[in-house]
Amino acid sequence: MAQFTTLTSRMLPLVVNNIDTDQIIPARFLKATDKKGMGEALFADWRYNTDGSPNPDFALNQSIYQGAQILLAGDNFGCGSSREHAPWALTGFGFRAVISTSFADIFRNNALKNGLLPIEVDARMHRILFELNEETPGAEITVDLASQMIQLPGSRSASFAIDNFSKTCLLNGVDELGYILGFAEKIAEYEDKAAT
Amino acid sequence: MPKTLFEKIWDTHVVAQPPDSPAVLYIDLHLIHEVTSPQAFTSLRERGMKVRRPDKTVATMDHSIPTHAPSLPIADPLAAAQIRQMEINASEFGLRLYSMNSLQRGIVHVIGPELGFTQPGMTIVCGDSHTATHGAFGSLAFGIGTSEVEHVLATQCLLQRKPKTCEVRVDGLLPKGVTAKDIILALIAQIGVGGGTGHVFEYTGSAILAMNMEERMTVCNMSIEGGARAGMVAPDDTTFEYLHGREFAPQGAAWDRAVARWKMLPSDDGAVYDQTITLDASELEPMITFGTNPGMGIKITGLVPEPAAIAEASQKAALEKALAYMGLQPGSPLLGRQVDVVFIGSCTNGRLSDLRQAAGLMKGRRVAAGTRVLVVPGSQEVKKRAEAEGLDRIFKEAGAEWREAGCSMCIAMNGDQLAPGQYAVSTSNRNFEGRQGKGGRTFIASPLTAAAAAITGKVTDARSMV
Ligand code: SF4
Repeated sequence: MAQFTTLTSRMLPLVVNNIDTDQIIPARFLKATDKKGMGEALFADWRYNTDGSPNPDFALNQSIYQGAQILLAGDNFGCGSSREHAPWALTGFGFRAVISTSFADIFRNNALKNGLLPIEVDARMHRILFELNEETPGAEITVDLASQMIQLPGSRSASFAIDNFSKTCLLNGVDELGYILGFAEKIAEYEDKAAT
Repeated sequence: MPKTLFEKIWDTHVVAQPPDSPAVLYIDLHLIHEVTSPQAFTSLRERGMKVRRPDKTVATMDHSIPTHAPSLPIADPLAAAQIRQMEINASEFGLRLYSMNSLQRGIVHVIGPELGFTQPGMTIVCGDSHTATHGAFGSLAFGIGTSEVEHVLATQCLLQRKPKTCEVRVDGLLPKGVTAKDIILALIAQIGVGGGTGHVFEYTGSAILAMNMEERMTVCNMSIEGGARAGMVAPDDTTFEYLHGREFAPQGAAWDRAVARWKMLPSDDGAVYDQTITLDASELEPMITFGTNPGMGIKITGLVPEPAAIAEASQKAALEKALAYMGLQPGSPLLGRQVDVVFIGSCTNGRLSDLRQAAGLMKGRRVAAGTRVLVVPGSQEVKKRAEAEGLDRIFKEAGAEWREAGCSMCIAMNGDQLAPGQYAVSTSNRNFEGRQGKGGRTFIASPLTAAAAAITGKVTDARSMV
């Protein structure tokens, strides 16, 4: 898994609450048998017009946000299906972090396994970040995972919560499967006991 | 200390609990389907690994398969490749697969219980958020991502943080024409799509106890729409009767031992939940959604809410956006709105009792001119049994399409889909933008409400027709 330590980037704002996984990547793009090219389908129904041309009103298509690696989304991001295609599409497009006031459980798990940092901020900080972006579209912020801090231009900053285990995994790019395999003996013991 | 049903299952499945880390949780049953598994198998191959317990793994095909005659070749080359890949993966890794032509194939959450794989006290996962369905049997069942599918294939374990518990207590007698689907839609309308985040629901109360297994599955199925990863119901005689004699349920003396074990599972008196929500079934009406998430639901006799009445800016904007997408006026009734398509099926309402309800209402009546009605059984077994009862004839004589089993228009991956702008009354579980086809507009409701709409071509209160 890709490591995550610090990130300085502009934010791409999507002022929509409850963005579900069907919006992040519509189901018709789930027929692939690999993970490649999902970034093309990210937010497909919002991003492209019916004739396939880019919708100029959608932030993803606006030049000021090109290269943004942080998605600033409305409340409760990622509800809906368990499709890991959602984080694959987000990282495939180039995002490394999503900021919201809350995340659906499965989406959060899936994101963490793909080096995509879900940053949960309180309502006040959430508003400040949107305001910052309105005042200075394309303003950059810095995320530092080790200290769990977001640094805004000027001297403003905010902390965010993340559990220690996920943090360590991200900082070191730990492979979770390798970690679970470390419990092989315990798993075998469990199975022996269950069989009797 | 008294324990909840959830805690009993959790505690007996923890393989290891390193400090300040998620638990290593043992998984008893792993269900897989063609859409969320291929990348997991690719990765196993790259690592040179096997499936640790093929005997605890069951695969089917449901999402992208066509629901017209099964003998026809699959027109979509991507879907065909995905299905082929599932076959290759199952045979290479030695897994039981209910393939295209299997008579037991069906939606993963329909066949798990139907074949008796799903049992009380188990931990069950699947790369699919509606795995919550299986909790109706008193199991801990939840959806996982593809990386986790790989973890379970390789180790039969998952890393899991212990969720919180929430009791959802539903007491009272359901009025005539009001169903299990209306209970869960009312709950989600009350708590919102994020309301259960971080929690496992346990449904309790006299209304739940009175339900049959299929109704309990409908309720548990949509726990995820309320933000909860899992929903459960304590196993009881209704559960045991349903399971008894099913192909993969324990048999003979093993059955008696299993039942004795299962009877220990219900939450102890005095067990404490982190949270409790209550609902009075006797006060419910048929529910229907008007918006673009399952929390945007109202009583069928109600009015579309007004954004002007909402103070909070982002919630107001969300409602405005939803109404614009749905083409609905604030303050207008849904009753009487024209419906282009009716979809009866899915892992929420594609079981025999759902089809019986719909057929009961449609019997001797004709589908409204200009309305397309699709009835898609949840499994080939459901299809067979429905045909044995003559339900297929009722649907066909009314003018509905009778299909092969699959997810179909619930997720619109197989060609069954809405055209842009069309309105559907659907018995499925999600009304997200584009869920049933790009630009399609979904009203989620019960099979009764869907059947009523099929006959009148409009959003209709089925209570006037049953
Ligand atoms: S019927 Fe719909 S919700 Fe259920 S498993 Fe299939 S696609 Fe998912």
